[in-house]
Amino acid sequence: MGRVVLVTGVARQLGGLLVGRIQREPDVDRVIGVDVRTPVHQLGDAQFVRADIRQPAIAGVLAEHRVDTVVHMDIHGTPLTPRGSRASVKETNVIGTMQLLGACQKAPEIRRLVVKSSTSVYGSAPRDPAVFDEGIEPKAPASGGFAKDVVEVEGYVRGFSRRRPDVAVTVLRFAHVLGPTVDSPMGDYFTLPVLPTVLGHDPRLQFVHEDDAVEVLRMVSGEPARGRFHAGTFNIAGAGVLLLSQCARRLGRPTLPLLSPAIRWAGSAMRTAGLTDFSPEQIGMLTHGRVVRTARMREVLGFEPRHSTAETLEDFARGYGCGLLPPEAVGRTVDRVAAGLAGLSGERHEEKEPGSHG
Amino acid sequence: MADAKVIPFDDDRRRRRTAGASEPQHDAWPGQGEAGEATGTGDPSGAEDASEAEGGTGPAGGGWEERVAQGLAFLRRRLTGEYEVDEFGYDAELTDQVLLSFLRPMYENYFRVEVRGIEHIPDTGGALLVSNHSGTVPLDGLMLQVAVRDHHPAGRALRLLAADLVFTLPVVSELARKAGHTLACTEDAQRLLERGEVVGVMPEGFKGIGKPFAERYKLQRFGRGGFVSTALRAGAPIVPCSIVGAEEIYPMVGNSRTLARLLGLPYFPITPTFPWLGALGAVPLPTKWIIQFGEPIPTDGYPAAAAEDPMLMFNLTDQVRETIQHTLYELLVRRRSVFF
Repeated sequence: MGRVVLVTGVARQLGGLLVGRIQREPDVDRVIGVDVRTPVHQLGDAQFVRADIRQPAIAGVLAEHRVDTVVHMDIHGTPLTPRGSRASVKETNVIGTMQLLGACQKAPEIRRLVVKSSTSVYGSAPRDPAVFDEGIEPKAPASGGFAKDVVEVEGYVRGFSRRRPDVAVTVLRFAHVLGPTVDSPMGDYFTLPVLPTVLGHDPRLQFVHEDDAVEVLRMVSGEPARGRFHAGTFNIAGAGVLLLSQCARRLGRPTLPLLSPAIRWAGSAMRTAGLTDFSPEQIGMLTHGRVVRTARMREVLGFEPRHSTAETLEDFARGYGCGLLPPEAVGRTVDRVAAGLAGLSGERHEEKEPGSHG
Repeated sequence: MADAKVIPFDDDRRRRRTAGASEPQHDAWPGQGEAGEATGTGDPSGAEDASEAEGGTGPAGGGWEERVAQGLAFLRRRLTGEYEVDEFGYDAELTDQVLLSFLRPMYENYFRVEVRGIEHIPDTGGALLVSNHSGTVPLDGLMLQVAVRDHHPAGRALRLLAADLVFTLPVVSELARKAGHTLACTEDAQRLLERGEVVGVMPEGFKGIGKPFAERYKLQRFGRGGFVSTALRAGAPIVPCSIVGAEEIYPMVGNSRTLARLLGLPYFPITPTFPWLGALGAVPLPTKWIIQFGEPIPTDGYPAAAAEDPMLMFNLTDQVRETIQHTLYELLVRRRSVFF
């Protein structure tokens, strides 16, 4: 008899993609997708159960289908519907996880639990190391928002793995997931025509491609290969680091540096207008950035993302199109200037000076 | 270990003087090679040839077109974002071509820095540079970075460890990250050393840089000696480094604690000119600097548990501290004047 996999949060694109991918696994019998809203995308042969993980009914779903693998994807920074409130998001993240874990604890068939967490758990602070290991405790504990949700969720997951040592628990801390189809706070931000940035700060960013995210989730929801271990906490990010200024230039979007109080006002104005979510932790992210070490992902999990951070951004740009200043056009302009200067036999050497601001 | 305690100042100096006299001036546009990547040969002439070949015609006349073309190629890469940064945000291209060229006039013409014993920094692999810290404003770290980059035969890039204050300040934090600096914490330092970078640390911290003028050239306490255990864990040699001249750039005769507390700074310097003359008072005095690198102290011969041994850590910390202090006194005795 094959495995029965339950995936929460399938109304979002990443959950939907994962359901589609797991169905093709040879040893998987059935995939059950759970969410509070019927997904707009196709789930294929997977069975969709409309259930709220905040309600105890989720235990019935686990028992009824004799689920042995749970992939908990319903941990998000933004509401599912544009009108959803932050309070309901927090409730789904924290209470939903508690209920789901409680249900798992009562289900004897459960053998594997995978939790999609986020590198937000590390926060963004100037007093923390530049690169986060899985073991580093942030100096400034998360004061609220999504980061605090994630810290609490991971706390409950640790408690669960203590009470059920027979269940292999994997926590994957994802950097920003980007790609042509999934939407994420960072993706929303990058589609703004002008990117507001924090004056005097150029954060370091890391991205994971949506295909890599789905692939690693699929991998850890199955049996580990020989000599590999899936249980534990892993940072998941593409190779390499990009600065926000670099991202903006590669996407061809002009930046608008604002003082940090001004960006807070701009953020709340944009939230009211429903453009994008500019939560305090996202402003922290845009100020100090965050980079994680992925050695454990490579060495213990044996997973190598196919897309680096730069390639992920490139793919994202292909999906959403370029901004007002496409890099090709900028490059052509510089080339034209170069050609013109070559004609003038190089008398205006001061052209190189504008580049000095990096 | 015993021989590491002896620093042959005199031999060293003579050797360095002859070498320093014939040292060619670096082009403002050094080679495009990956920073921190050593040539491996350790042959200074080889490294010079390489940078000469890549740097085009150099400062001699007739190369303007190439300079412009290079500048435009640089501008194109910058504007389209086609450059690389490492996980700490170090932008080698920007540092070499822009940031350091802003510091070079100060280094060469204003402070007229004299570098001695640069060969004590290994050509390849990690090394921990431990230096004294002074001058109210951390110009000594920046000058050290220029010295290592420009004078080391392998053109090594110095990765400085900076106080957390640096990373809370706008603009400063951005430039510090791009210049390859990172937070002074064990995790970052160890990571850099394991990657084989030259890491610079000033263990005195604010105690050293913000000390009153009357206590100049008296080394302050070296923190808890965390830098020694980090070097030991990474097996990287410790290179003691003494900087003379930085103490006198801003003679700090007073410290306004009230203003410091208001501004959230560790100290607020009052010098004979600052803040009385405003921006003019912030101009450093043109002192003559000497940067002397000492013999490296190897750390690879210890057992694995040595980094946890507090006695050994204290001894090694003291050894490094004494070496730097003695070298400082030595250099001060031989110094003709503060300004020449």
